[in-house]
Amino acid sequence: MLEIRYVWEWPVRITHWINALCIVVLAVTGIYIGNPFLLAPSPDAFVMGWVRFIHYVFAYLFTVSMVARIIWLFIGNQHASWKAFVPWAFSKGRENMWGTFKYYTFIEKKVPYVVGHNALAAAAYSLVFALFLVQIVTGFALYGQYQPGSFWDVIFGPLFGLFSSPGVRLTHHVVTWLLIGFAIHHIYSAWLMDIKEKNGTLSSIFSGYKFMNPEDLK
Amino acid sequence: MQKEQYQSPVEVSEDILQKWEARGVNRRDFLKFCSTMTAALALPVSFIPRIAEALEGDNRPPVIWMEFQGCTGDTEALLRANQPTAAELILDYLSLEYNETIMAAAGHQAEKAKYDAVEKYKGKYIAIVEGSIPMADGGVYCTVAGESALDVARKVCGSAAATIAVGTCAAYGGIPAAAPNPTGAVSISRAVPGATVINLPGCPLNADNLTAVIVHYLTFGRLPATDSFGRPRFAYGKRIHDNCERRSHFDAGQYAESFGDPGHRQGWCLYKLGCKGPQTYHNCPTVRYNEGTSWPVMAGHGCIGCSEPAFWDTMSPFYRRLPQVPGFGVEATADKIGLGLAAATAVAFGAHGVASALRKGDAHETDKVKEEE
Ligand code: HEM
Ligand code: SF4
Repeated sequence: MLEIRYVWEWPVRITHWINALCIVVLAVTGIYIGNPFLLAPSPDAFVMGWVRFIHYVFAYLFTVSMVARIIWLFIGNQHASWKAFVPWAFSKGRENMWGTFKYYTFIEKKVPYVVGHNALAAAAYSLVFALFLVQIVTGFALYGQYQPGSFWDVIFGPLFGLFSSPGVRLTHHVVTWLLIGFAIHHIYSAWLMDIKEKNGTLSSIFSGYKFMNPEDLK
Repeated sequence: MQKEQYQSPVEVSEDILQKWEARGVNRRDFLKFCSTMTAALALPVSFIPRIAEALEGDNRPPVIWMEFQGCTGDTEALLRANQPTAAELILDYLSLEYNETIMAAAGHQAEKAKYDAVEKYKGKYIAIVEGSIPMADGGVYCTVAGESALDVARKVCGSAAATIAVGTCAAYGGIPAAAPNPTGAVSISRAVPGATVINLPGCPLNADNLTAVIVHYLTFGRLPATDSFGRPRFAYGKRIHDNCERRSHFDAGQYAESFGDPGHRQGWCLYKLGCKGPQTYHNCPTVRYNEGTSWPVMAGHGCIGCSEPAFWDTMSPFYRRLPQVPGFGVEATADKIGLGLAAATAVAFGAHGVASALRKGDAHETDKVKEEE
């Protein structure tokens, strides 16, 4: 019998979609900041001004969403918990990672069948979380440059002494491309698993529900 | 309170003005100088009389100016300065005990003058250092009268009241310290860790900032407040970008794309030509060079970040916004690599997708699927 399981609680879904929106907006505005490909026809335009403004508004939104998600790592259910994101730390997780790897590389035929994240995806998410934090830290460090002694400059300014200001900029820029690469992988994998697992993976991030047969989980 | 202070008349005593006139500096120029310095130091106008008095005090500080691995650009910048006779003020007013470029003495006589001054004014003189100090191989790469730069710096800066590092080389090592740094060049603060150092980076330094630091020292008896890189906040407290006259074009979205194109001719922002103004702290846009005549961005060339630590290594390529990504070819920019990476990911997953779609029997419980009529 299929069971309807409530897998992704609402804070997980909301932060997921806020993050997705923020990353799209931040990547588009960020790439424009990095390389302003459109030139304004007249000096009364405020193109870069608005683009930067939008970048910073979404930067704050993204940061708040990330903080909320990090808090939820400790109070959410087992699929939202931080434990789900470090599969390599548990023997069961290592086994699942290996299984998924074999499936992806066409070595193994049987699709991994799990309620929450598949172990390999979960490991990728911890890397992506780390990249998010890198973007937030380098982003706010760059943001603080307009005013030495400001809050952001005081807490993240020391990065410039360590990595130089162009180094911090380059990092912020390169990580953007890594996140674009991740987005491609993420959408593809979700689509693949939706088809192969047949348990409503894609719709689950909207509704929270997955359809599982407990028999198959054994 | 504020308002009252602002309106209070700024009066410099007739006595002082007459003394300067006797020295050949007319009162207008002297007052102009005092107000320029007050403004440069971001002090309220009410400080003008105080500065005028301080300059009059009978406390000519002895100065020992040393040059090591540098290009003499900072000396040049100072000598060429004639902002209300700033050179006069500084060179006449200060008692310059030693400066290789302009002193009359030479050889043993000059060296003797240097160490006599160190002895005589121990703990009271100002040491000015231009150029970096080589540490490799026992400091053999720069010697003055047979003595290594390091030894000279230790002796002179070690017993100075304060050391002013003029120019990027003295402040951070500069071009001699750029990779691969064959001479092991370092800044004066690294070479003589115990010394009280204030950094005035810039290639060259802006002579007005040096004058202002000295005026501050004479007026208040101490060096001005500095940031985490040891630079005075009054001169390095704001980014070039935040005071740049091309900033409105930056915000509007108008950028010169190549030198001499219509945008460049109309004074548009130089961001796409690699301007490092958004990451460089210096007061070039407000103080400018050569008596406020101009500065690089005004002249149509992007900032190269010459007053930032390790600028030669980190701010280059000067005509690109971002550094090269290490490990890739010369023509590779972060965007080209990123685009390549994204395209490769898309192709790889696309191929995987095609393979997965054609793959039979791997999906979950395919045998139990009920086909609709
Ligand atoms: C997923 C997250 C983010 C992405 C993809 C992203 C992307 C980018 C990109 C591509 C640039 C251009 C870099 C360059 O070429 O110089 C940029 C610039 C910048 N970003 Fe972000 N960013 C993100 C998050 C943030 C956050 C959280 C902040 C925090 C305030 C931030 C602040 C900035 C600032 C201050 C700049 C430089 C703007 C300037 O130089 O005028 N970013 N961003
Ligand atoms: S020219 Fe340089 S400093 Fe001036 S606004 Fe443009 S990027 Fe900023």
